[in-house]
Amino acid sequence: MSTKEQPVIKCDSVYKIFGDNANKILQESNGNINAKKVQEMDCVVGVNNASFEVNKGEMLVVMGLSGSGKSTLLRCISRLTDATAGNIYIDGVNLLTMNDKDLIELRRNKMGMVFQSFALLPHKTVLENIAFPLQIKGSNLKKSMKRAMDMVELVGLGGRENYFPRELSGGQQQRVGIARSLAVEPDIWFLDEPFSALDPLIRKEMQDEFLRLQSVLNKTILFVTHDFDEAIRLADRVAIMKDGVIEQLDTPANIILNPATDYVRKFTEEVPREKVLKIKSVMDPVDDKCKLSNLRVSEDAIIETVAEAVLSEQYPVPVINKNKKIVGLLYCSKIINMLFGDKGLIKKKS
Amino acid sequence: MNIINYFTKHPKLIQFSVVLIVFFILVSMTGEYHDLIIERDSFIKDVNNGSIEDSVGFLESIRMIFSWKLPPQLVRLPEISFWNPSVSTAPVYWFISIIITFILLFKSAILGNDKNILAIKGKSDFYNRCKNLNIKKWFFYNWTKIFSKFLLGIIVGLILIPTLYSWIFGEITTSTFWEIPSLIHEFAQYLMFDFMLVEHYNPRTREYDEWGIIRVITRGIGDSIQFVITLVREILMGGFKSIVSLADVFSSQSGWDWIRDNKGSWYSNIPALPWTVLTTGVFILGYKLKGLGLSMLAGFGCIYLLLFGQWEPSMETLSFILVAAPISGIIGVIFGVIAYKSKAFENVLTPLLNIAQTMPHFSYLVPVIVFFGLGDHAGAIATIIFATPPMIRLTLLGLKRVPPEVIEAGMMSGCKKYQLLFKVLIPTARHDIIIGVNQVIMQCLAMVVIASLIGAKGLGSDLLASLNQLRIGRALEIGFCIVVIAVVLDRLSLAWANKQKDYFNDASFFKRHKTSILFVIIFFFACILSWFGNNLVGTSAFNYIDQLINVIRAGFSSTFNVTLAPIKTGVTNYFSLIPYNMGITTEPFWQGGVNWMVENWQIGIKTFNKFFLENMLMPMKATFLAMPVVATFVLFMGVAYIVGGIRSALVVGGFLSFIALTEWWERALITMYMTTFAVIVSVFLGVIVGALCAQNKRATKFILLICDTFQVLPSFIYLIPVIMLFGINDTAVLIAVIIYAIIPPIRYTLEGLRSVPASLIDAGNMAGANKLQRIINIDFPLAFPHIVLGVSQCVIFALFMVIIGAFIGTDDLGQFILKALSDKKGIGNGLILGLCVAFIGLTVDHLISTWSKKRKQELGID
Repeated sequence: MSTKEQPVIKCDSVYKIFGDNANKILQESNGNINAKKVQEMDCVVGVNNASFEVNKGEMLVVMGLSGSGKSTLLRCISRLTDATAGNIYIDGVNLLTMNDKDLIELRRNKMGMVFQSFALLPHKTVLENIAFPLQIKGSNLKKSMKRAMDMVELVGLGGRENYFPRELSGGQQQRVGIARSLAVEPDIWFLDEPFSALDPLIRKEMQDEFLRLQSVLNKTILFVTHDFDEAIRLADRVAIMKDGVIEQLDTPANIILNPATDYVRKFTEEVPREKVLKIKSVMDPVDDKCKLSNLRVSEDAIIETVAEAVLSEQYPVPVINKNKKIVGLLYCSKIINMLFGDKGLIKKKS
Repeated sequence: MNIINYFTKHPKLIQFSVVLIVFFILVSMTGEYHDLIIERDSFIKDVNNGSIEDSVGFLESIRMIFSWKLPPQLVRLPEISFWNPSVSTAPVYWFISIIITFILLFKSAILGNDKNILAIKGKSDFYNRCKNLNIKKWFFYNWTKIFSKFLLGIIVGLILIPTLYSWIFGEITTSTFWEIPSLIHEFAQYLMFDFMLVEHYNPRTREYDEWGIIRVITRGIGDSIQFVITLVREILMGGFKSIVSLADVFSSQSGWDWIRDNKGSWYSNIPALPWTVLTTGVFILGYKLKGLGLSMLAGFGCIYLLLFGQWEPSMETLSFILVAAPISGIIGVIFGVIAYKSKAFENVLTPLLNIAQTMPHFSYLVPVIVFFGLGDHAGAIATIIFATPPMIRLTLLGLKRVPPEVIEAGMMSGCKKYQLLFKVLIPTARHDIIIGVNQVIMQCLAMVVIASLIGAKGLGSDLLASLNQLRIGRALEIGFCIVVIAVVLDRLSLAWANKQKDYFNDASFFKRHKTSILFVIIFFFACILSWFGNNLVGTSAFNYIDQLINVIRAGFSSTFNVTLAPIKTGVTNYFSLIPYNMGITTEPFWQGGVNWMVENWQIGIKTFNKFFLENMLMPMKATFLAMPVVATFVLFMGVAYIVGGIRSALVVGGFLSFIALTEWWERALITMYMTTFAVIVSVFLGVIVGALCAQNKRATKFILLICDTFQVLPSFIYLIPVIMLFGINDTAVLIAVIIYAIIPPIRYTLEGLRSVPASLIDAGNMAGANKLQRIINIDFPLAFPHIVLGVSQCVIFALFMVIIGAFIGTDDLGQFILKALSDKKGIGNGLILGLCVAFIGLTVDHLISTWSKKRKQELGID
């Protein structure tokens, strides 16, 4: 993917302040929002100067604790709430100046959203819920039902299409939510804490399911979660938010290896690195002189999965990319460090 | 010392005892007035004939208080005079109103922020804004504002400013608070006959005359509702001949002329729908919507109506409900949606709804008569006014409970505004809305009898007639017809709302529409049968049925020793319908039962009655009447202050002062005494019954079923047996009231006890509490706030029934409302009296709900 291509979502210093005096605060603050002053004026900061881009096919996970403004940011980008200031571009078009008609067109064709509490319509069956966006769009009944049926199969709910949401378990309901958001074949997929309301086991299962779907569909995704492990597991890039500010926005590996602030470090400390990091992030450059092992590992493999094999090799193991080309070397010492070494060492080396 | 400690720990108890002490001191200070005020009206009579003053000056008052006597104006409020407002519709005042409206709108809707004026991008000056303004959108966004501001503008411009003008420059006229009813009457007359006169074509005299615009509008509404009712009614029971009589409305030629011209043609003799069509239709509909159970219920309901010879009045009532219920449902949803969208509208609406739901049914009738006249349409309109408030409430409640994420999901699916409303909001809130529809149907049926007072035909007027003739059996039968209609409509509408579609059914056309086709076939078959049946009248087949019915009727009559005329034989086409009062009847059974009770229990009842009246009711009535106004105020406002602080005290004080300022304070005290007595007894009994039944699941189910049935029965039914047994006095009314008002305490006690968290009950059991200890220490304290809500409902129920008790003959507010009904100038009286009753209800409701809310917060439930 070339970098010159236009980003699908582009946020340019977006602010969202709740309260009557929001505009006044912004004008007075000149971009630097003073938390104390905001409180005095009975306002609450939702999003504070957020700027980032999301490229086509990329998955950006916004992670933060409750009240950090992550859901508000998502709602600004889907324009469920209007941002107080800043610009948001979807495919280069400014979202905030769009009129209602264009906005509805945009939502009907380009956006899909999954909600934390599923937000299914209680009076419609699974099938009708999934077909709902198509019906709203005015599609032909037969066609939209057929499409909805395909979606039911896609999320693995075949045979339950005539159930009502209340007759389904949480995981199944969220599958319906996912199917509904995908029914119009959106380019951009918003997920607002989709798995937070689920049990840990089901959550793991749904995450796997989600990764499978994404590998098939390859959408541009904005995913909101409060679960750091989930963020690291799923994301191409992670944005960590606190009090409306994006503290750090980087790839999961970089966040774990180089936390930008103390706040971010608190999350990374407890994370078992070997279970999250990919080989890519610990390999060394190719050294032609070195004698290589016969084993080949993929650069996208998680360290833990290959550690045992690598450690039993005598020589450094070459790392290959998707095209089977050798792109780096993996030394046993690196793996041992990663598994047992102290954190300072990793930091120094990387 | 312990007592003092206890009191200092409970400051509210000290406050309450202070209130009580002041109250009793004030009561003891009535002195010479005591004997006057315990006889109702004699105080006012003495004032009128000049033997006492109704108010004395300041110094005299002080002197009286020092000599331990209340001055008369504190015993009963005198007439208080105020300056008359004046109303003017001169163009100049209209102009002022419009200017005021514009000024009010200027800031919020004209010069407001960008949201109000959608078409503008960026900030620009006023001129540019106006140029870019998209009027349609602007109006759509601001119409509630425009409407409310315009209303305010009219009030200020047409009433306030002319009033100020006449006070400053003209002669000041005064009137007293007691004259308000006649002022209202005059205002209504002015609205109907003098306000904004327009040309109006009178089809009877074929001339143009001048009518007030309000009258034109209300009559227009009335006529159109009447038209629809008549149309439905003629389809159900009139036949083609009378349907065309409606042709008046559309053509210059009168319908009857048209019939005469087309006399010989085949279509001039088409009969009305025979009962077979409706009955099988309902059978099929019930089957299609839910299944065999519903189909049986609905179908046999129809057959009951037919067999008991109540088909015609039932159809009249049905036509009336089929018009009133949908209209009030639709209006309710519309108002609910507007209130959901606009907070301002909700704030205006809520107090109106509160009043509307506590006003007795009767007091709606008088204004309806004035504005809409008498007849079916007036009954329908009164019903609509009565049935709409709960619908609005429930719609609003349902919409507010829609989770925000569901709304967002709708928006992200690309819903337009109307799609969001009709496809997301309303369906998601449908549970509450369906309960609302259910309520509407119930309210409509509750009004069936009362609406017949202003001319609605059907079961209601029959019931009223049999009540007047003291024919209890017949009244019960008719009442049961009303219940049957209620239950069938209720269940059918519920089933319809829960119906689900099947998209992947590849069945052929015939399979998919088999029920409709079946119905069409039956329709034609039944019509032919009914036409064919005309020829069978008088033949042996029909005679056999005639005789069968007669045998059953005669059997009942002789068994229970009641005379009953046999039906005419040889005139009925049983394939079309069984005419009025020609069916089976169980009247003798009920009548016999009542006769037996009267004969056997008479002496016992009489003794009880005498004892009850002399030893309980009369003293209690006297106690209530002996309260000087100021003592009542101290008691109620003091309690309100303890419960909800200064705000509650002011609210309660406001409600009470309104009642005290009217001339019916003593009547209101009598209403209060009857209500209080009934509420005490029904709460006592109800809580015990509820608590006992809550211990057993089957008993719970059974008692809830009884409660449901009792609630559906039209309230008049309760009057019948008590009149028969107790005669015409307060005992009879009170017993009817208690039977009716006991339902909410039972229901709320049951629900309260059932909603006690299971974990707490487990905790109690594990602590080793026995059943009684558990009930006393855990169940009841936790269920108490809920039970108290039942008490509040009980008060409202009791008030309604006490007012209806006027039919038996009481001397409280209800009697005056009933009088206002037959009074030409009754509108003012009716409304003010209705408000008095509503304010009594609202006072209690306010106190109880404030307390219950606080208590629930303290307990951390709900």
